[in-house]
Amino acid sequence: MAYTEDDLKEELKSKEYEFGFTTDIESDKISIGLTEDTIRLISEKKNEPDWLLAYRLKAFNVWQAMHEPEWAHVKYNKPDFQAISYYAAPKQKKVLESLDEVDPELRKTMEKLGISLEEQKRLSGVAVDFVMDSVSVATSFKEKLGELGIIFCSFGEAVQNHPDLIKKYMGSVVPMTDNFYAALNSAVFTDGSFCYIPKGVRCPMELSTYFRINESGTGQFERTLVVADKGSYCSYLEGCTAPQRDENQLHAAVVELIALDDAEIKYSTVQNWYPGDDKGIGGVFNFVTKRGLCEKNAKISWTQVETGSAVTWKYPSCILKGDNSIGEFYSVAVTNNFQQADTGTKMLHIGKNTRSTIISKGISAGKSQNSYRGLVKIGKNAQNARNFSQCDSLLMSDRCGAHTFPYIECDNPTAKVEHEATTSKIGEDQIFYCLQRGIDEEKAIGLIVNGYAKEVLNKLPMEFAVEAQKLLEISLEGSVG
Amino acid sequence: MLRINDLHASIEGKKILNGITLEVNAGEIHAIMGPNGSGKSTLASVIAGKEEYEIESGEILFNNEELTELKPEERAREGVFLAFQYPVEIPGVSNINFLRTALNEKRAHQGLDPMAAKEFLALVKEKAALVQLDDKLKNRSVNEGFSGGEKKRNEIFQMAMLNPKLAVLDETDSGLDIDALRIVAHGVNTLKSAENATIVVTHYQRLLDYIVPDFVHVLYNGKIVKTGSKELALELEEKGYDWIKQELGEEIQA
Repeated sequence: MAYTEDDLKEELKSKEYEFGFTTDIESDKISIGLTEDTIRLISEKKNEPDWLLAYRLKAFNVWQAMHEPEWAHVKYNKPDFQAISYYAAPKQKKVLESLDEVDPELRKTMEKLGISLEEQKRLSGVAVDFVMDSVSVATSFKEKLGELGIIFCSFGEAVQNHPDLIKKYMGSVVPMTDNFYAALNSAVFTDGSFCYIPKGVRCPMELSTYFRINESGTGQFERTLVVADKGSYCSYLEGCTAPQRDENQLHAAVVELIALDDAEIKYSTVQNWYPGDDKGIGGVFNFVTKRGLCEKNAKISWTQVETGSAVTWKYPSCILKGDNSIGEFYSVAVTNNFQQADTGTKMLHIGKNTRSTIISKGISAGKSQNSYRGLVKIGKNAQNARNFSQCDSLLMSDRCGAHTFPYIECDNPTAKVEHEATTSKIGEDQIFYCLQRGIDEEKAIGLIVNGYAKEVLNKLPMEFAVEAQKLLEISLEGSVG
Repeated sequence: MLRINDLHASIEGKKILNGITLEVNAGEIHAIMGPNGSGKSTLASVIAGKEEYEIESGEILFNNEELTELKPEERAREGVFLAFQYPVEIPGVSNINFLRTALNEKRAHQGLDPMAAKEFLALVKEKAALVQLDDKLKNRSVNEGFSGGEKKRNEIFQMAMLNPKLAVLDETDSGLDIDALRIVAHGVNTLKSAENATIVVTHYQRLLDYIVPDFVHVLYNGKIVKTGSKELALELEEKGYDWIKQELGEEIQA
């Protein structure tokens, strides 16, 4: 039976931030502050090899010499990096044989999130690597993937079991010197996910990771590394929810994708972190560096639906290094109340005949500020490069802002770059039309907004598309004005 | 079914309706005619519950219930349908999904379960045939990229799907060629029953050749100044509205 919009509405009855609960699990948390000792402690707790500790310490030195960037169109109180605890792991020493051994409290949390693992197991083809605070507690489908030679595990496990792959690829797309937050992450990251698809293998299921910030006052520094070897394919889902908190929480992740010759990676994100309340208090700071590298004939496709976080600063990008490689970016970013988002992409065309597509749909409501910032750079050797960008903004109130900052740098005369942008306000005539057909205002806004974002939502895998629709509607309830 | 008593309404302080009184019974078709700016579309919008209009006095009773106390969506669910003069485009929302949402809202209001997909699709097929709506248009975004004629046919298709008690057609004939006009009229006539009623708002007599009214009302300066049978429409066509104005002028002088 298909999931109808009515089912959806039924689920939407609770209007508050629906994942605003906290799991009561004993946590192994180190005291606040950041020094070389903190880094040594993290590394020691994770039982890491020396080379990784050296990498961290080097990154820490790089970070100390850097300044927090200020060019984004956002305003916030800078985090006090000495007031954050850099490591929190649920106390679960034992290695789990099966999902049944997972802490019942954790299981409950997962169920509330709608991703009970039993269900996930039954749902054909979704393997879940559930990250609670910083340590992975449950990984499913690993065996099935193992038969195909696919590695899908926590970053920490990968460091222990596949050090050569980590050594080779970590930092190869986002170097520690890349930016302030990437450097910080490189120094203090606690865990994350690692995925490797061997040559010519088509991963038969969506690989899915749920991140969850749970421990009050802990920053999350995740690292994700996806390597698709020659001629392989995978689709990776990243979904995020966080419990309600009054203090700002920092999230500075690094995601690196590597698509070798003829490989394809599809990376989808639904982000629903706590955006703060309607007075602008609390909420997550989301400062993420996401970048993919395409070798010859490779393709990387980023799809994101962003509804959460108080401040978002994020530009999933593609380095189109190989000839004929393809980069895509599909984004819906919703801001409401006092949320601020400065998000977009970078498409760096280096190889010949490289192509990129950017579809960005911003939706601003309340007193929020929503900015698209994108760079399309055509290198001098990128013969016949093509780019198409479309940036649309939808305004839901007369106190919000939508901004577009497109940058185009073109060093090759054979390139073709197109940019289209529109700004519109949600129409009262559209709403009245729906009302006259018996559809109430909230549902009408849901319909109109989902219609507006459809081009992007269509790019998401089915289960995610449903969740994303839900999030759009929750985020915009009562926001027309 | 519908009883309007001495209705006065304004928009942004400007008085548009100056005491409309009108009674429409089940099984009847009423035509409302009148020159530009006489208040025809305002009357249609006020019945549907468009917010910008302020009701200053008077009442609109629908099945003995005060309509002005209901929100627009509640009126729709109770069976009031407005075929828009300018149907609105909703990009990205498929016509069929839109209708399904609307239909199920109405059913929920009536205490019915949502219609099963199979039943719904059969209904769509039947009703689309009524107005010869192109198959493609059913899955396209609501009214987006539709021609003028297609938009109007889509309105009647929606009306057929929602099966209202009272349908108000606001200048549904404007922008229609003669073939489309026939198709639309055929749809409206087929939907007519002893249980429902239709108000046709129009400038021209032409539509009334195909949708034959039981009563014709002439609206002028926000008031119904003349009511008659379908012959009144023919007379108007022949003599124009000036004739009414003159007649009215004489009345005032007398």
